[in-house]
Amino acid sequence: MLSTIILQAVAGGASLAALAKFGAAIGAGIAAIGAGIGIGRIGGSAVEAIARQPESANDIRMNMIIAAALVEGVALFAIIVAVLAIVM
Amino acid sequence: MRLIRKKVQKKMNNIKYRAWKIVLLLLVVCLLPVHAVEKSEKEPFNAGKFILGHITDSYFWHITSISEKEISIPLPVIVNSDTRGWFVFMSSKFEHGHSSYQGFEISKSEKHNGKIVEILPDKTEYRPLDLSITKNVASLLISAALLLLIVLSLAKHYKKGPKVAPKGFNGGMELIVVFIQDQVIKPCIGKDYLRYSPYLLTMFFFILINNVLGVIPIFPGGANLTGNLACTGVLALCTFVVVNVFGNKHYWKDIFWPEVPTWLKFPIPIMPFLELFGIFSKPMALMIRLFANMLAGHMIAMVFMSLIFIFGSISVASGSGVSVLAIFFAIFMNFLELLVIFIQAYVFTLLSSVFIGLSRMEPAKEH
Repeated sequence: MLSTIILQAVAGGASLAALAKFGAAIGAGIAAIGAGIGIGRIGGSAVEAIARQPESANDIRMNMIIAAALVEGVALFAIIVAVLAIVM
Repeated sequence: MRLIRKKVQKKMNNIKYRAWKIVLLLLVVCLLPVHAVEKSEKEPFNAGKFILGHITDSYFWHITSISEKEISIPLPVIVNSDTRGWFVFMSSKFEHGHSSYQGFEISKSEKHNGKIVEILPDKTEYRPLDLSITKNVASLLISAALLLLIVLSLAKHYKKGPKVAPKGFNGGMELIVVFIQDQVIKPCIGKDYLRYSPYLLTMFFFILINNVLGVIPIFPGGANLTGNLACTGVLALCTFVVVNVFGNKHYWKDIFWPEVPTWLKFPIPIMPFLELFGIFSKPMALMIRLFANMLAGHMIAMVFMSLIFIFGSISVASGSGVSVLAIFFAIFMNFLELLVIFIQAYVFTLLSSVFIGLSRMEPAKEH
């Protein structure tokens, strides 16, 4: 059903720039979903680990922050690609 | 009488009263955008141009605009035209892009938008060699001066007497330096960490100071230097050079002849190609991670602020209603940005030291 909508829009004469914006917005949304799931899982396991062993909270917190920064980096690659799709 | 004064004093110092005073102050500040909307109804508010103007580089340092007049600090323009030689002048001669000077002007065309171009006699324009001190370069010079001040004053303290603990601001800097060196550099690199720790510590403090200056909204802060691909690209290039120039023989052997089954490396070198790609992709990831995080942080604050003006152009009431929410959100996002600043500087340094450590690893001994 989605493909028929897109085909109708192309047949109706949607310009390349408009399609690029459409694709970029959807791509950015999917990137946000991916980042949310990834960092949510990292946070969840970190909190569970702290609940098991409260005295190692500092080590776990540092590792969680590093892993979250790396996952967020990947999500930001997708945002940069989306911006490039709009601009170029 | 004194008892009553003590009671009033205690109530005023109570945390709830102080919190409400701050909220009241913020609400008063929110009334200001209403006034601005009433005055400038000449051209509609273009959110894209507003945001891009604050994020990209420019030839003036824009401070504020008071009643249709823009107030900004002009910066030196240094251009070398192919035919006429070097020109050095202040960018105030351009009058914010409205006039041209000695054949140069700020272009509004598609290809060179916002950059200085030279107009040839046959009306074509081309870009001369441009070494101007733009806003980003000026911010770089300011942050370099700040960095030298902080680090050299700490070093001078150690020259005076290495056994005395530093106090005050120097003590705070020593805390950070020792934290980075003992928790990040020493575990990752191993026994000759002292050789690489000047580079890694300089990089950490450089990124930290530039990020912090980017978040401060007024001069001398506010220039988005680490959100510029050129700056983070050079930092990643430095890491790339250090990792590959100081890599030991085992590192290079692992790239061109890794210990994988033979069909993966001879006759078609699949694994060496992947490893070669990895040499370039790791610094590129460093570059894009820092750039995208800093750019996103700036843009979010700008977007919330421009929400106020977008709603204000519909009606004054909706503008002031949105401004309360928007300012709270913007302040919250700036706090998050403070966290992101430290994390990004830390992660850049951590990953650089991990790459350096990996390139100098000794091979595992056979039992």
